[in-house]
Order: sequence, then structure tokens, then C-alpha cells
Amino acid sequence: MSGRLRMQKEEDGAAEQTPRQAPPLTKPAVPSYQPAGKEMENEISRDSELYSQSAVRRRSRKFRSRLAYCLCALSTVIAMVPLVLILFYVIYQGAGDLNLSFLTSLPKPVGESGGGMGNAIAGSLILIGIAAVIGVPLGVLAGTQLAEYRNPRLSCVVRLLSDILSGVPSIIVGIFVYTLLVLTFKQFSAIAGGVALGILMLPTVARTTEEMMRMVPDTLREASLALGIPRWRTITSVIIKTAGGGIMTGVMLATARIAGETAPLLFTALGSRTWPTGLDKPIASLPVQIYQFAISPFDEWHRQAWAGSLVLVLIVLFLSIGSKIFFGRKMKRAS
Amino acid sequence: MAGYIATNNLGASFGGVQAIENITFEIPANKVTAIIGPSGCGKSTFLRCLTRMHELVPGARISGEVVWDGKNIYASEMDATEVRRGIGMVFQKPNPFPLMSVADNVSAGLRLAAGRMSKARIAEIVERSLKLAALWDEVRNKLHKPGGSLSGGQQQRLCIARALAVQPDVILMDEPCSALDPASTQKIEDTIDKLKKSYTFVIVTHNMQQAARVSDFSGFMLSQEMGEPGRMIEYGPTNKIFTTPERKETENYITGRFG
Repeated sequence: MSGRLRMQKEEDGAAEQTPRQAPPLTKPAVPSYQPAGKEMENEISRDSELYSQSAVRRRSRKFRSRLAYCLCALSTVIAMVPLVLILFYVIYQGAGDLNLSFLTSLPKPVGESGGGMGNAIAGSLILIGIAAVIGVPLGVLAGTQLAEYRNPRLSCVVRLLSDILSGVPSIIVGIFVYTLLVLTFKQFSAIAGGVALGILMLPTVARTTEEMMRMVPDTLREASLALGIPRWRTITSVIIKTAGGGIMTGVMLATARIAGETAPLLFTALGSRTWPTGLDKPIASLPVQIYQFAISPFDEWHRQAWAGSLVLVLIVLFLSIGSKIFFGRKMKRAS
Repeated sequence: MAGYIATNNLGASFGGVQAIENITFEIPANKVTAIIGPSGCGKSTFLRCLTRMHELVPGARISGEVVWDGKNIYASEMDATEVRRGIGMVFQKPNPFPLMSVADNVSAGLRLAAGRMSKARIAEIVERSLKLAALWDEVRNKLHKPGGSLSGGQQQRLCIARALAVQPDVILMDEPCSALDPASTQKIEDTIDKLKKSYTFVIVTHNMQQAARVSDFSGFMLSQEMGEPGRMIEYGPTNKIFTTPERKETENYITGRFG
């Protein structure tokens, strides 16, 4: 384009030197209604107009680009504000009461100072453990079925159901487990709480597993199968190994999510003021204990609820950041 | 002989579209057979049918027979993994396992498909396979580096070593050099030449010079029209195919008049 423009200008320059001999070469380029003599001036003025216009346009384009960037950056900052505020407020309120004895001792009756949420922390860890034992294998296997054994009809149904399940409010899952286990065995229990949390984990783990396995290129599946490696070995040793980092991240994020669930535990694990005594007995958990302490009328308990919140937030943060670091290292090894 | 393969009226389709049809062909043992032909004539599909890889594609159908070691590999009592162990395959794009080390890549087939083996035995087979694939000298100090860290040409030879390690009778190669530079191509062709005493090779290639250089027998495939299934037009000793082909289509293709 610019080359043609330059050539035209050179031709115009030649025309300037000998204006009387209108060069036949430029003639076809001139609109027929224009007198040949004015052609050159028009060319030039039109050019300069073109350039000045484009400078304006360029400035406005740059402005719009900067505006779009600013909007994006602003939205990011606004989205971060609640997170930062929550974090700082929880630390501000909770850090004062957080000490070793808070982490290791039982709650004291009203009126006595001190005491802690050791039982709730232990209970939460047990509940998360039961949930993981149920949710992770089932979720990973279901995800494997979706990604590897591409049975279109079954996959379609499973995917739809898992999407619905992930959208079901957690309290409904709690009621379901209450009807299924608590009413049947006439007993609130750690198992019931763990099952409820495990059900909540399932769809997240299954879908992350599926997505991560789908990211493994088909050429690797073919490479493995072509060596005479059976399908199941290909999946366990090649596909899951390659997708492992991503699957682990999904599992950790799902765990972090259920660690803070309160509603499904209210009528499954119930809560307790003592150390966990058995999986078939009611068990304390951080979110439920925070809830109970926070709605109580006692200042002492409110402070304890804040400290418990801080512990819960730290557990969730640890899981999220841990999974990021883990996944990051895996990716580095892969590349 | 274990390396001998014959196809009988072999046909294959994807989701109702016939890719190849009516292919009756013989692959002699311990020779290099080249499959040539223009793009889209079904060369790769044909190759994948020889080791039951075509059936992995959703909607794939296969008709006819592939006889290997006296048995039809598509017979109901045949196990696909056993067929694939005996008839190995090297793909167009090098596909080493990215997270496995060079050594683990080579031994993957042994560790994951064969029975338990001592570490020393595995190390021995790894070394031998890498030597056969002419890669040992370049990677002997990087056996624990990930397979993905090698260059493209090295990765392809790693894939050849990986295929050799399970000790198949036949090795199928689907345009193994199309992503490689001339030096790497040369090394792979030398490897094939050296190994053909003990292995049967079938190599799909777009490169006519390569077919002429490495193969003993050649088959020319062609689909008469766009969308028509590919057929085996002519096959025979490479010399004859390249100098005095019987069919007009073969001559046109060889002399570069189309394709």
C-alpha cells in the first residue's frame, strides 16, 4: 500500500517538473470528471487530510484502549477489596485470642474465661477426612469415566446430574443425609457429617478430573496403547500421572470449599462440647461451633468465634495456596 | 514367519465415511515396505488398521481380515493389547511421555504391560533399545531428564527406542520423519536399514525419495476422487514400482504429475 503511494508521489513529482506534458501513466488513476491540472494538488491535500485524521483516530483509539484497561484494573481491585477486608478483619478480631491453648483445649462453660476450640478443629479435620475418603475416589473415578470411556449417553446423563448436584444448596444435601442416615440409625454422627460433605465434594472433583484428563493430548493415549499397554494401565499410569497436578488442585479446592460448610453439618454431625469419641457419635466442627458461639449472647464466646474464624480461614488459605504451589511445581516439571 | 502380515479385503470407515476399501496386500517379513500415495488416500488409516489402532477412533468400523502370525487380528478371541505389543507403531509427531524420564519412556511398555522385571534387566533393555535407535550416545548422561526435554529428532528416536523395547515383530511408522530435519531423517533411515534384518517395517511416507531409499517393497494407494475410499492401486518391489510401474496412475504419481 505504502509502496504504491510512494510510486504515485514520484510520478506526481515528475509531473510537477513538466506540468504541460501530462504523463499518460497517471491518467487512468485520475477520476475522469477532474481536470488533469488540479489532480496533483488534490492528491496532496487529500493525503495530509488522511494523515491528520488518522492521528486523531490514533489518539482516540489509544484513549479507548487505556480506558478499557483502567476499567478492567478497577474491577479487579474492587473484586479484591472484600477478600482483603475479610482477611484483615478476621485477623484483627481473632488474632488476639488465638494461642496454643485455644488450639488444644475444650470450650469452657459460660462465665469461665479461657478455653478453646481444640475439639472443633479436630472434629473438622476428621469430617474433612471422611469426606475426602468418600468424595475423592468416587469423584476421580466418575471423572475418569466421563473423560476416558466416552460413552455419549451415560456421560451426558452423568455430566448433567453432576452439574445439578453442584448447584444443589448444601442445606438440602444436609437434609438428604439426615433422612438417609440420621433417621435410619437414630443417631447424629461424624459419619453422617462426612457423607454430607463428601457428596458436596463429588461434582467438583469429578468435573475437574474430567477436564484435566481431557487436556491430556490423544497422542499420549495412542502412544501408550500402541505399546500394548492395557487401557486401565494407560489411564492409571499415563493419563492420571500427566493430569495428576490438575486433579490434585481440584481435590484441594473442593476440600477448601467443604471445610467451611456449616449448613449440612447442623443436622448430621450436630456439634459437641467434648473431644471426638467415635465416628458414630455427634462431633464438633469449626463452622458449627463458630455459628453457635457467634449467636450466643456472651462476649467471651464472640471473641472465641472470631479466633475460630481465623483458624478456619487459615486452613482454607493453606489448602488453596498449597495446591497452587503443588500444581505450579508439577507444571514446571512437565514443560 | 512372525513378521509376515497379509490383509484380505480390508476396509475401514469413520462414522459412515469409507476411508479405505478392498485392500488385499502382503507385507513380507524382515523387509521394509513403503506405502505411498497422495494426501487423503487412506495410508494412515490403513497403517492404523494393521495394529488395531483405527478402532480407537469413535465411530470407526473395520471389515475384512488382517492376518498376522497365522491369525486374524480382528478375530473375536484376539486381544487388542497383544496385537499392539507384537505390532508396534511410531507416529508422525514425536509423542514421548512428557513427565517420564528418558529411561522410563523407553521402559514404559515393559513396566506397564509386561510382567515384573528386575531393575537390572530393565536397565539393560533400555540401553540396548537406545543403542538400536542410535540415541544412546546422545542421552546416556540424560537418562533421568524428562522425555520432553530432548530435541524433536531425538524425541522421535526415543519413540522408536520405546517401540523397540517391547520387542515387537513388526514396526509401523506413520510419516516418522515429516516433522524432522534432514540430519535426523538420515539417522532414522539408517536405524531402519540396520534393524530390518530382525524386524519388519511398514513406513507411510510422502517423501518419494525416502520410499526409494529405504524400502524393499512399495504399495501405491489412491482414492480415485475426493471422498472416494482409498484403494491399493499397485504394489511390488520398490525398484519395479519406481522404474516400470504397470499402472498409469502410479507412473503419474511417481513422476510428479499429480499428488
